[in-house]
Amino acid sequence: MSIKHGLLALLKAGPRYGYQLRAAFEASTGATWPLNIGQVYTTLSRLERDGLVRSLPEEDGGQRPYEITDAGRAEVAHWFATPVARSERPRDELAIKLALALTTPGVDVAAVVQTQRTATMRALQEYTRLKARSDERSDLSWRLVLDAMIFQAEAEVRWLDHCEASLVRYRPAPASGTPAPGTAATADAAPEAASTS
Amino acid sequence: MSTPILELREVHRTHGSGETAVHALQGVSLVVRPGELVGVMGPSGSGKSTLLNLAGGLDVPTRGEVRVAGESLSGMSRRALAALRRRTVGYVFQDLNLLPSLTAVENVALPLELDGRGVRAARQVALRALAEVGMEKLAGRFPDQLSGGQQQRVAIARALVGQRRLVLADEPTGALDTQTGEAVLRLLRERVDAGAAGVLVTHEARHAAWADRVIFLRDGRIVDTSGPLARPEDLLEPEPSR
Repeated sequence: MSIKHGLLALLKAGPRYGYQLRAAFEASTGATWPLNIGQVYTTLSRLERDGLVRSLPEEDGGQRPYEITDAGRAEVAHWFATPVARSERPRDELAIKLALALTTPGVDVAAVVQTQRTATMRALQEYTRLKARSDERSDLSWRLVLDAMIFQAEAEVRWLDHCEASLVRYRPAPASGTPAPGTAATADAAPEAASTS
Repeated sequence: MSTPILELREVHRTHGSGETAVHALQGVSLVVRPGELVGVMGPSGSGKSTLLNLAGGLDVPTRGEVRVAGESLSGMSRRALAALRRRTVGYVFQDLNLLPSLTAVENVALPLELDGRGVRAARQVALRALAEVGMEKLAGRFPDQLSGGQQQRVAIARALVGQRRLVLADEPTGALDTQTGEAVLRLLRERVDAGAAGVLVTHEARHAAWADRVIFLRDGRIVDTSGPLARPEDLLEPEPSR
């Protein structure tokens, strides 16, 4: 995520000072990416150096607002007009981990898949809970960010299902078909479920 | 803790025998309490539908026990089982939920009438159930006069009409677009939060995520269970600076 472009986009709505920018950023992204105020000011001074914003005289409270320049407006327009390049995204650690798990002796790949799927599913449940609590209209931008995380997590679970199926089909390892270590075969270890006739 | 509405104890279900036997479920235990929605995921043939059929008393286990609302289904007569299905258990499927020749309110009132309630009394209860899913104004419409999402709302109302407390849902959002599907899941979630118990079978993780717990079935066994996080705020980590 480019903080530079985020701040520029916010400044397009009118001059603001650092704390206001941070609050506005968090209001749109639901504090998904909390910014610290130091990052905000460092970014603002870089933007000023590059001629994309200019600082205005200090207000009575001692805050110094910034406003966007014409060059800044052009930069924002360019940012929105350009797709995010896939090569600029971080490397997929999980895909690399699974690929290495296949070739590393003594690693139970099925267990790696299951551990990840449980964790991702759990995250997906929490995102969904946050979404269920939000308001459909007033929290729209935050909900879209949540939806992005929901769809990404879902894609990961689907991919893990696919990996599991491929493992079963093409690599009949002795470990597949048995529960992962540490997971019981019961979904609720309630004491009343203990006695069966 | 409240009494479970659904309990599966070491349940096995085998179809056929000998070398051709298919072990649909192999020692599955599951407890669902009021206010709880449990998601069931797994590849085709993993036992999801068998689990749902056993929970609803539509099938009987080869071994192990199924209890609904505290009663074991094993020793029950067919009559008692049918009565339990009418009074306690409701189903929501992907489609073909509603009888096309009956209006929404008649569809919802049907299980009550089959259970011996008078037409007028059943209708009153059905209207209340429809109001709870926001469908009271469309009570007089026939299924083909309702959208897919509205039909599923009626199906949920029927699944939980009167004293019914266990809803078994099999891909209830299958034929719906993402927005409508989400509205149906939100509603199911609300009805469960109001005190029902639910089992939601789906192959979509995004849908299963509405559940409190998600179990993963593979080859008739539970291989994984995902419950809620202790600290959900951990998911919202700051982006590492680059």
